[in-house]
Amino acid sequence: MESPSARDDETTEWLRVLDKASLDHESGLARLHERLLRIARSEVRRRATSIGGPEADDLAHQSAADAMLAILAKLDTFRGESRFTTWAYRFVILEVSSKLGRHYWRGAPQSLDEEQWDTLPDRLGVDPHEYAEARRVAAAVRAAVDETLTEHQRAVFVDVVLRGIPLDALCARDGVSRNAVYKTVFDARRKIRAALVANGYLDVTVRRGESS
Amino acid sequence: MSGMDRLARFLDTDPRDVGCDEAMELLHVYAELAADDPEAAAERLPGVAVHLAACGPCRDDLVGLLAAVSDEG
Repeated sequence: MESPSARDDETTEWLRVLDKASLDHESGLARLHERLLRIARSEVRRRATSIGGPEADDLAHQSAADAMLAILAKLDTFRGESRFTTWAYRFVILEVSSKLGRHYWRGAPQSLDEEQWDTLPDRLGVDPHEYAEARRVAAAVRAAVDETLTEHQRAVFVDVVLRGIPLDALCARDGVSRNAVYKTVFDARRKIRAALVANGYLDVTVRRGESS
Repeated sequence: MSGMDRLARFLDTDPRDVGCDEAMELLHVYAELAADDPEAAAERLPGVAVHLAACGPCRDDLVGLLAAVSDEG
């Protein structure tokens, strides 16, 4: 990784003004907040959510403010592995993700109580013309889900794969990390795959990277 | 690609996958490498590359970070 002595001039300047002892500290904080807010606004727009107007701007402001706090709290952990701005912008991008996850529930669809197994082929990208195969796929996966997953794995798999609930929305609802949800789905995928291979639905020779 | 091929791809898991926490911890490093050369980024941090290929939300964060960095010129 890059050594501190190799830091770019801009990074050095950011670290100087963010030092509490710096005479430019207040103006440095204001400049950083301005940048974070601009990026938060762009990121909310880029994600093309249904949020707009003052609500979107409010979410951007909250993201920038929370990112600012996180950056200042973790400034001592910056090791110069990247430019300071790249390191700092990561915080605001993650704040936008997290806040959009929370926002999801304000307009969540009403049909979330049902397990829509009929939608599984679509979720997996099966061509509608392959109707017979699509039904076979859905039935095989449903059997594997019912027979091999724990109750928790099943619930998360259904939420993510069948209901299409974003990972960050599940994190917000359940108060867990994205990593925890991802790991649950990861383990579920592994178990379902093993069941489908054992029952002859999947060919073990179909390995990652072979299909395109 | 047939339906079963798609299913196999969806269910496939890679043991090198580092998960969301580690990928996000290294996202700034990966983003700068990827901005210059995506293949070099994947070679340097293979577990992160595997994760980003499998995890849509983390991949979206990378896209957002790359957009933020490129806006800076």
